[in-house]
Amino acid sequence: MKHILPLVIVAVTAALIALALAGAGGPAKTFGIVSGSALPGFTPKAATPEQAVANLLIDVQRRNWDRAYAGLAKTDNRADATSFKRDWTGTDGSLRTFSNLEAYDARPLHATADEAQMRLQLRWTTPVGPIQEVRDVQVKREGDAWRVAWPQIQFPSVPAQVIPVNYLRWDLVSGGADDEWGSRSIDAPHVRIISMNAVDSADGSIVMGEVVNEDTIPAFVNVNATLVDGRGNAIDDESSFDKIAHVLLPKQVSPYRIDFPNVALSKVKNVRMDVKASLVPASADPVIGAMDQKIETDPQGRNVLRGQLLNQSGQTVNISHVIASFYDNSGKVVWVSDGYVDRALLPQAAEPFAVEIPRALSGKVQNFHVVVNQFSLGKS
Amino acid sequence: MACPAVPCLAQVAGLRPPASVAAGTETSISTTGSGKATFYLAGPSTSTKREVSLGEDVPLPPADVQSAGRYVAVICSQTCQSAAFYVTAAKPSTLSFLVHPSRVPVGQSDAVSGVALPFDRFRNLVVDPVTIDFHWTAGPAPLMSRPMRTRDGVAWFRASSGKSAGALEVAASLNDLSAHRVVRQVASDPCHLRIKGQRTAKGLVVETEPVHDCTGNPVPDGTIVTFTATEAKGKSTVDAPIKQGIARAQIAASGPTVISVASGIVMGNELRVEAQR
Repeated sequence: MKHILPLVIVAVTAALIALALAGAGGPAKTFGIVSGSALPGFTPKAATPEQAVANLLIDVQRRNWDRAYAGLAKTDNRADATSFKRDWTGTDGSLRTFSNLEAYDARPLHATADEAQMRLQLRWTTPVGPIQEVRDVQVKREGDAWRVAWPQIQFPSVPAQVIPVNYLRWDLVSGGADDEWGSRSIDAPHVRIISMNAVDSADGSIVMGEVVNEDTIPAFVNVNATLVDGRGNAIDDESSFDKIAHVLLPKQVSPYRIDFPNVALSKVKNVRMDVKASLVPASADPVIGAMDQKIETDPQGRNVLRGQLLNQSGQTVNISHVIASFYDNSGKVVWVSDGYVDRALLPQAAEPFAVEIPRALSGKVQNFHVVVNQFSLGKS
Repeated sequence: MACPAVPCLAQVAGLRPPASVAAGTETSISTTGSGKATFYLAGPSTSTKREVSLGEDVPLPPADVQSAGRYVAVICSQTCQSAAFYVTAAKPSTLSFLVHPSRVPVGQSDAVSGVALPFDRFRNLVVDPVTIDFHWTAGPAPLMSRPMRTRDGVAWFRASSGKSAGALEVAASLNDLSAHRVVRQVASDPCHLRIKGQRTAKGLVVETEPVHDCTGNPVPDGTIVTFTATEAKGKSTVDAPIKQGIARAQIAASGPTVISVASGIVMGNELRVEAQR
């Protein structure tokens, strides 16, 4: 009798494993095409373009680079093994180097007997949250198998050079513990909210606007909002979290956005804003320009603000974060959107960025302002 | 007095504390009566109990009267009697000086305030009126001086910021005591922000003229100036810090371009640059 329960557990576990392996590649599954042969160490010949893509992405998920590369189509411009791997794993401490391919969705765009084009939606897990990436790939038939064509990727190549930079930074000196009372106080930076707009969205209420550092020293800024109902009771309070450039240099303006999921704006009578600023050591470098910004429609039909980030300094920026505020024709902030760039910004090199604009607002947007947050490894 | 046959009962007749005592000064309380009694002293930060002989002075060492305020002396034998007296602050030995703010834009009226509080060596606030001299110095030159009499132990001032950026040293002095604080007067918002630009092989290099506020003070290095270039293929923006008085940015633009500039909420001029030939 005492052996029945362990036996049942083993049997159920085995059944569930078998079910998972068999069911994962089922046709009804739209998120992550996985063939039924996703057993470790064995990938069959792809009989369809979908299976070729699935084989490749399973190998990528397992970081089995040799087999993934061996499975690529042997085209003239096939990526070399090193750049293929770099394309997936990232370089220079970029966001991609800290990311994992969690799931994917592949849809055929068009197909012939020997060639197909597939659109991949890749879902990455990253330290800053999930990131979606869309890639279109060619799949070719070679003999009796389909293989993904992976062209050579052009990584920015920075020539050897000397870039003179007059570094400017602010350091914070705290007085000693034995200092006299009244001699140690340094005022917090003066920071002001210059605009605020509360809107209703499908997910709840959103409070957004812009904040400026009016002082002559850097400030670490956080904007908090409290929603208040008609009786004066607080409904919810939230902070801008990563939807703001926290370190603001003197006279710098940053958008902010505070999301209140599941709170309808109709319940809100008042919004209490609170901006907190503290002194922080900071550097005025690197300078990153946002070039060629333009609102376009992406291949999925979404409205996006696209552009190029250009690192004008001499140091590598590992992770860059774009925050954009969008204005209507009266200059009111109607939306704040943000996005991370998964490649590192090399000195004097450009990387593309894109942030999404809700479809309902695309007609309203007349102007926009982009701020770039940057994170470099080993620096605050 | 001898009490040979019957138990001796002490008689409390009276307590005579001093009218006023300076903090940390040795003093005594005289008693009348005869016999032994218990003496209690309760003050703002002290309480003592000891056996004393009635009819003799009860000495109070300096350590018992260091805190200014109201003290109650109680003496008990069969009955108790009490008397109150006050300890006042001793002569000033330190000056606490608070100045706000630590940074102030130039040309602001009533923007700087200061409060000075004299304390004795036991950290008692000296509430007796004393005259504190406030001095303002910018660079090597003294700006002005103002004597202020303390009221309830406090002297204060309110002043406008000057017109020149730099360190403003504010001193409060009382006899040979003094305390110094520094208020950094900083440039105000940029004024008449103007840019110029030129085409290079890589696009456009735009830079500001030396950035000053409306009273001619250079705006501090590190202040962000936003350059915006608008051309047919899109808009480019660069947030560039002022370095050595000038903000400079490189913008990749090849067609006819309109460049505008702003710093915080201050706008500058617009520059139109023709297409690259």
